[in-house]
Amino acid sequence: MPILVIAEHDHGTLKGATLNTITAALDIAKFGGGEVHVLVAGSGAAGAAQAAAQVAGVAKVLLADAPDLAEQLGENVAAQVMAIASNYGHLLFPATAHGKNVAPRVAALLDVAQVSDAMKVIGADTFERPIYAGNAIATVQSLDAIKVITVRTTGFDAAPATGGSAAVENLAAVADSGLSVFLGSEIAKLDRPELTAAKVIVSGGRALGSNDKFNAVLMPLADKLGAALGASRAAVDAGYAPNDWQVGQTGKIVAPQLYFAVGISGAIQHLAGMKDSKVIVAINKDPEAPIFSVADYGLEADLFVAVPELTSSL
Amino acid sequence: MKVLVPVKRVVDYNVKVRVKSDGTGVDIANVKMSMNPFDEIAVEEAVRLKEKGVVTEIVAVSCGVTQCQETLRTAMAIGADRAILVECADELQPLAVAKLLKALFVKEQPGLMIVGKQAIDDDCNQTGQMLAALAGLPQGTFASKVEIADGQATVTREVDGGVETVRLKLPAVVTTDLRLNEPRYVTLPNIMKAKKKPLEVLKPADLGVDVTPRIKTLKVVEPPKRGAGVKVPDVATLVAKLKNEAKVI
Repeated sequence: MPILVIAEHDHGTLKGATLNTITAALDIAKFGGGEVHVLVAGSGAAGAAQAAAQVAGVAKVLLADAPDLAEQLGENVAAQVMAIASNYGHLLFPATAHGKNVAPRVAALLDVAQVSDAMKVIGADTFERPIYAGNAIATVQSLDAIKVITVRTTGFDAAPATGGSAAVENLAAVADSGLSVFLGSEIAKLDRPELTAAKVIVSGGRALGSNDKFNAVLMPLADKLGAALGASRAAVDAGYAPNDWQVGQTGKIVAPQLYFAVGISGAIQHLAGMKDSKVIVAINKDPEAPIFSVADYGLEADLFVAVPELTSSL
Repeated sequence: MKVLVPVKRVVDYNVKVRVKSDGTGVDIANVKMSMNPFDEIAVEEAVRLKEKGVVTEIVAVSCGVTQCQETLRTAMAIGADRAILVECADELQPLAVAKLLKALFVKEQPGLMIVGKQAIDDDCNQTGQMLAALAGLPQGTFASKVEIADGQATVTREVDGGVETVRLKLPAVVTTDLRLNEPRYVTLPNIMKAKKKPLEVLKPADLGVDVTPRIKTLKVVEPPKRGAGVKVPDVATLVAKLKNEAKVI
């Protein structure tokens, strides 16, 4: 049976998480799965479909294009997936806010279980996934005929965005569910890389003390490094940083080349979100801070002195 | 309007679990158990809606072992009016729990179900969405704000990069994110009152639900350890190490 990847996209282009999910699908294909197909459900989404067709390893792209799919409402996208789900042995979604919204809806409608946050493919029906905030790794086997999986993008490399030449096939779009209406969104316009795609991340904790100081101390460093900004839950709860900057068990899972933890003590829930980073730097004045137990380089110092000094020496 | 709030008994947020040496799971014997934090937020939200006069009755539901009664008592101490335990000693996976909740939705006819977005033990993030699908309802997942008016729920959702707002026809399922509210502390008088509130016990068979697991856990291991690195004395050394040793800047 072929494998279906449900693309995350902004209609014009594919989101990066889709490329990691395609790699996971290709890993499953090595264990005897079939071709890898990509579903692009959107509105005016020919651009995203063309992008998907060029991804190396993709055999076919299915495009469902309708105004009712413009806002990517979970009810409608799930119904669109259901229209073709029975043709597939695996349905893969990136484990992003969007994928997590839609995938369980599809699984329940198919009466199958879902494997959340697959981080490694062991076999066509067997996967590794983190439990207890990543403090344990479970190997789980799906016993259902159709496997619904969300893919932890940090566990898989991005598939090459070029090199493929798949055909794009049009699908009939499903009707609007009538259950929910999109009213609006406030998406921060970032002139820095997206947190989950950044090569360098500068994260701040409660020790920053205020929103003003958070920005004043960390932004120049992030600017210099071309880094994304992140935060601990404590810093977000205190209002120093926006909600979607939170790195951790229930926030973003990141694995950049270089992660700066500034004034972050290192609660297990935070470590769950960043401990797969290649190099971790911790700057903290508390010598006992747990963050030092995972940091490659620890600097025991007052962050208000050390960070500006670091910024100016880069 | 009646609200149904599922609550899960999980290993307490502050406990660092240990993997059993035989690789069959994590050791939860003699470990402090508490209500899943996202479910606590769900109960709190229901109580706030009741305090605003939008909600008339809050029914807390737990699916699991006998001791889940303690979790339900906590929910009632926060402000739930009554509780239902679907007692089952076997492993319950999200799909099975969603089916049990769907059966209770049909039985109780609530106007709203507020569900924690994720349990901090299995970290699945599935039950609310599955419940919405099975009951044919709209879903407002990862909510940071909920307003109920004119038979509709307006839900602000936390999404990648910001927030979005959706309007849902009631009945609906809302799943809670961290910033929806800050749950109150339960007071002793409320704990005492909660002991007298009604708690009904059912079995999955009473609801006609097959709870057989569909996912088999083959083994559970500790994650690869990340060794501590070195402490550097000053910023200059740090920069030199990042440049010459780690080669990341």
